Amino acid sequence: MDFFLQNVINALQWGSFYALIALGYSMVYSILMLFNFTHGDIFMTGTYIGFGVATGLLALTAAVSWSLPGWLLLVLTIVISMFITSFLGVVVERVGYRPLRDAPRASAAITGLMIGIMLEYGNLAVLGTRRLKFPTIIETVTYDVGGVFLTNKKILIVGVALLLMIALHQFIQKSRWGMAMRAMSYDFQVVPLMGVSLNVIAPLTFAIGSALAAAGGILYGMAYPVLDPFMGILLGWKSFVAAILGGRGSILGAALAGFLLGFIEIFTAMVFPSTFRDLIAYSIILLILTFRPYGFFGQAHSTQLRL
Amino acid sequence: MESTQNSISSSESLLKILSFIRRSLAVVPALGWLIGILCAVLIEYFFGDTLAVMLYLPKVPALFGSTMVLKQPLIFPWAVLFVIIVYVLPVAVIAWLSVGWTNRAAAALSRIPIWVSVLLHLGLLYAVLHVWTEASDYRLQVAKLIMIAVMLTLSINVINGYMGEFSCSHPGFMALGAYASSICTLLLFKQDRLFGAALLPESLGPIFFPVALVIGGAVAAVGALIVAIPSFRTRGDYLAIISLAFMFIVKSAIENIEPIGGPRGMGGQPHWSTLPAVFAGMAACIWIINNFVRSTMGKALNAVRDNEIAADAMTVNTRRTKMVAFLFGAFWAGVAGGFYAHEVRHVTPGSFGIQQLAEILAMVYFGGLNSVVGSIVGAVSISMISEILKPLGLYKWIIIPLILVLVMIFRPTGLVAFRDFDIKKILGARR
Repeated sequence: MDFFLQNVINALQWGSFYALIALGYSMVYSILMLFNFTHGDIFMTGTYIGFGVATGLLALTAAVSWSLPGWLLLVLTIVISMFITSFLGVVVERVGYRPLRDAPRASAAITGLMIGIMLEYGNLAVLGTRRLKFPTIIETVTYDVGGVFLTNKKILIVGVALLLMIALHQFIQKSRWGMAMRAMSYDFQVVPLMGVSLNVIAPLTFAIGSALAAAGGILYGMAYPVLDPFMGILLGWKSFVAAILGGRGSILGAALAGFLLGFIEIFTAMVFPSTFRDLIAYSIILLILTFRPYGFFGQAHSTQLRL
Repeated sequence: MESTQNSISSSESLLKILSFIRRSLAVVPALGWLIGILCAVLIEYFFGDTLAVMLYLPKVPALFGSTMVLKQPLIFPWAVLFVIIVYVLPVAVIAWLSVGWTNRAAAALSRIPIWVSVLLHLGLLYAVLHVWTEASDYRLQVAKLIMIAVMLTLSINVINGYMGEFSCSHPGFMALGAYASSICTLLLFKQDRLFGAALLPESLGPIFFPVALVIGGAVAAVGALIVAIPSFRTRGDYLAIISLAFMFIVKSAIENIEPIGGPRGMGGQPHWSTLPAVFAGMAACIWIINNFVRSTMGKALNAVRDNEIAADAMTVNTRRTKMVAFLFGAFWAGVAGGFYAHEVRHVTPGSFGIQQLAEILAMVYFGGLNSVVGSIVGAVSISMISEILKPLGLYKWIIIPLILVLVMIFRPTGLVAFRDFDIKKILGARR
């Protein structure tokens, strides 16, 4: 029973990353009807930006011999990195996706993939092959709750992820910008006629999605401190699968499916030998998609490809 | 006033020269080009070494001097001179001088059954490749890998271009083909620590090689059923996920099967991917796939892509079409994988992952969707660019995606998309 609960906690943590990244995919899909394959690498870049910000803040406070409490440092890191990474998202939209708005969607997907590759190898070229270690902002404190070991990091990760998701939900449901984004997701050709320009909403969507990915990246860096330029590939593609599983365009679905994917992976590793993890997790996903092709909350849009 | 008149006339004359060159090149038939290129590689074969020494080059440039120039930029003018003397001038001169009789020959050839003409041209092309790759093993490997890339690109174009899906499963098909054909050849022909003694004498090998490749392709086609059957109900983005999941499943499954090597891979395949074998395979692939996409079944693929419901209303059996497209594309990917396995002679599951997917997608989208010519152009270009930029190390992977992004922005369906491959027009007389 302890073992089971321990894995539930692990799955919640692991799923938070998928959920935060999948949210970015879902938001962009609901508005622009295209998948942003650069998102995994934006997550990676956001993590490196977080590394830079955290190291900078630590050096700054050491130089001024202030000592900021760990949680404040974490909040500052997350906020500043989210801000910086949102610019990256806007640039990717402007350079990569805006010229291809009328092009077949496959071309936009390929462009996204290529920009992602450029980000990975650009990172490798600029920072070299040495793996960087994310600085420790918060000391790990382990709590023993009746046989189950919780670290404050795990609680923090799940907590911050849920907080961000609730904040996103509030933003989309209650604010005017959120209303504009929801309207755009219904019909991106007619809504601009009503005065809401796609050229404003699309960068905004990318910015929010990238900011969430950066937050996910910093949380990931806290949990697994070794950074490498290719970390975005696997997480990115798996979050893409989660976004589709939740139903394309559905934000709630993306979050839930992200957690579900985390649960599937952790529990598969719990029961089967861990080398079978990918095999069984993807077979389960394949089965789910065969029987529910549009994901959990997705609607059957027209299957016409815009080719 | 006078100076502007002079400058106008000089740019006019430049345009005139360019259009003259273009017009005179347009009348050269394929036969003329092939004979010109054959003479060029023969010149390089016989006089290349002496010419290289005369031009202060360390050795005969392997890939048209690009690798050499990237390593030692100062020899750029000499490398350019070498390329001009050995390649550009002979080809241009011989092609231009022989315009008369090559056009007459091409016209005569078009009167006899076309397979004679095709065989003649293929023979010439093979001779060119044979002489060119005599110079070094590196060239041989580059040539073979390019031909394998052509097969792969053609096979993915059937699914991505003609049928309009976004299928990420091709590395999986390639892996299945590579492993299946390797198991066949290792099992039957080689003394191997995995499978024990050879069952059949190795001299029978080259006759059995096509059978092994077909078995590899068949296994890949059976694997394609896993992607084809869900495709009946879903299209577009969901199919992308299913094919992606398939690729991860294949990779993970191979990694977990210890008897065939697991993550360490399988090696020691007999070296049966010789230049004639790969060339014959590529020629067969182009011929069969071109016939397929020009047939009614190929048109059915296009119909299903453009509007599935309308195609269904027009008596196209959409299920059968999708199934055939996936199986056919997967078969050729498996065959290409078999060639690849017997060329590099050590395959690991890791070589069939996202990196390979990105390369294959780059080749097909760069070259052009829905066209055989586009696939060939894309495969050759991206492979060559990839080899040429190798000395740049990881900057290669910044330049190639950049090129592709630019192509996507300015020609979203690829360079040579939706173009027919008409053998008669290509081989025919131009004047």
